[in-house]
Amino acid sequence: MRADAERKRSLVTAALAAPAAIWLFLFLILPFCAMLVFAFGKRAPEGGYEAAFTLEQFANLPSRAAAFWNTLVLAPAGALLCLLVAYPVAYYLAVKAPPQRRMILVALIVVPFWTSLLVRTYAWMYILGSRGLPSLLDLIGIEDVRLLNTPGAVLLGIVYGYLPLMIMPIYVSLEKLDLRLLDASADLGARPASTFFGVTVPLSMPGVITGMALVTILLLGEYLIPQLLGGGKVFFIGNALVDLFLQSRNWPFGSAIAVTMVAVVVIVLAVSMRIAWRFAGARRVDLV
Amino acid sequence: MALANVHGTSSAKGPAIDLSNDIEFRAVTKRYGAVTAVAGIDLAVPKGAFVALLGPSGCGKTTCLRMIGGFEQPTEGIVLIENRPMNGVPPYQRPVNMVFQHYALFPHLDVLANVSYGLRQMRPAIARAEILRRSEEALELVRLGGYAKRRIHELSGGQQQRVALARAIVNRPAVLLLDEPLAALDRKLRTAMQFELQTLQRELGITFLLVTHDQEEALSMSDFVCVMHAGRVAQTGTPREVYDAPASLFVADFVGKTNHIAGVVEPGGVFRLANGAALAAGGSATGSAAAVLRPEAIRLHPDLQGEGLAGTVTHRIFLGSTVEYAVAADGLGEFLVTADRGKTDQTAAPGDRVRLSFDPAALHLFPAGTAQS
Repeated sequence: MRADAERKRSLVTAALAAPAAIWLFLFLILPFCAMLVFAFGKRAPEGGYEAAFTLEQFANLPSRAAAFWNTLVLAPAGALLCLLVAYPVAYYLAVKAPPQRRMILVALIVVPFWTSLLVRTYAWMYILGSRGLPSLLDLIGIEDVRLLNTPGAVLLGIVYGYLPLMIMPIYVSLEKLDLRLLDASADLGARPASTFFGVTVPLSMPGVITGMALVTILLLGEYLIPQLLGGGKVFFIGNALVDLFLQSRNWPFGSAIAVTMVAVVVIVLAVSMRIAWRFAGARRVDLV
Repeated sequence: MALANVHGTSSAKGPAIDLSNDIEFRAVTKRYGAVTAVAGIDLAVPKGAFVALLGPSGCGKTTCLRMIGGFEQPTEGIVLIENRPMNGVPPYQRPVNMVFQHYALFPHLDVLANVSYGLRQMRPAIARAEILRRSEEALELVRLGGYAKRRIHELSGGQQQRVALARAIVNRPAVLLLDEPLAALDRKLRTAMQFELQTLQRELGITFLLVTHDQEEALSMSDFVCVMHAGRVAQTGTPREVYDAPASLFVADFVGKTNHIAGVVEPGGVFRLANGAALAAGGSATGSAAAVLRPEAIRLHPDLQGEGLAGTVTHRIFLGSTVEYAVAADGLGEFLVTADRGKTDQTAAPGDRVRLSFDPAALHLFPAGTAQS
């Protein structure tokens, strides 16, 4: 009787988990294994893959160091910039905005998201291009300003494109913030800045972490923004991969880059989580 | 209506009352748009007293508390704390601390970090050892000695209440503000906390200002009660004064249970009831009036011979030491009677004919038309 119930329960669990497990196996694990195999192979003379076992591709990685560097620096930097811009907006929406206006403002933030990012990034190409802002600056005497195809342009595009993804989780966690806690903090003698960093920020950390993880992970695979606003000068791993797989058809080298990227991201995430964890732990002790 | 009179009447219980005021309201009005929450209140809370602001929800009592805390600014008038005008002074610069309704404890901090929060805000900063010592002292005071490292969500409601208390007293404020502090506790715990709050107030010697809608809480703990109604002070006085000599029909109704008797005051000190019965009435104003009578001021007699009103018992509720009766008095409607064990008859059962008697002095007369003020 009991064993029956037990078996039934594990069957239900299996049935519930199966679709996701099968999906992940077919479209994540299998392709990844294929890439691993490719990464140790050789490029066929006319492009594609030729079976082999060589570390040649990995030895060649330094030739794409710039792509790694750009991705690993600009993705977190972009996410951080997003955070700095998003937090005040989310704070205003959740804490300061009158409730009847809140939904309209949230809608205003989300609506642009429904338009193609491609189109919106294209618009930035024109704004930052030589006939856009630089020509206006030229009129007031500031000459030869180059905005397009710089890391700054890519960062701007990143903040512009990913801001809603950062605002929403922070807004959600700030909206759950009990405003009486802010009163209590002020009542106990905390100045507004102390209340903000001592109560508001710690209690909105779940939203901040979710937003940072979401935006950083998406940015690591970003292709469009560096392509349009970096113009081949500031390129990400995504651009290198497109180039290798679709242009020069060097599948083994592309695979080696992709596999290395996954490894680097896993290591970086593990280390930063360890640090964050230790930091949080230390802070708790520090609170006397 | 200032509490000035209370300085002279410092009761035997509680600490000696200083002649200066810790909190004073001078013609304080608070409006939210078209809504007037507090309508021109004068109030004085003497130093070292335990004062309760008592009233139904929406009477303005919490707004008053929040104006003292600094979370609201008066629209008109002045709020003084320790004789200093506080208009425009932010909460973090006021010498008061509050125990919030539902406690408002910081969920991301443990008990000790919650309690030490106020001390850690002090500028110039206090030494860590001192912070630790004073926080632990405050925790001992609310009997939570071993709980320093507990998380807030691991505590029961009663323990959270104590943490909130410790957190608010650790800074040694001039006045401790308590916003419905016992509302979320169950009945038994509430009674225990009433005693503890009284003890705490005596030990600390700081002024307590309690806001509550629970008349029992207000009467049992405080030295003075300020009954509020519709943004105004309806009456201030000791709990006994407010209970025994209500200033208005509203106060009589809100504080304790009452019986209403409608009638007409005739010349010569006669209060003529609807059924023709005549009672002695003090005072000189004649005309229609409403009288209130406490249920425990009425005695129940099984014999129908003698002074008083005749009636029929309709309900009987046994409450342990007392029995509550509902009696339909002939031609007058229902009376509530609280019969104390040993003092009055407790044997009458529903359907029995009884006689109700009371001391005419227990009857409080209010001229008609003053029902809601």
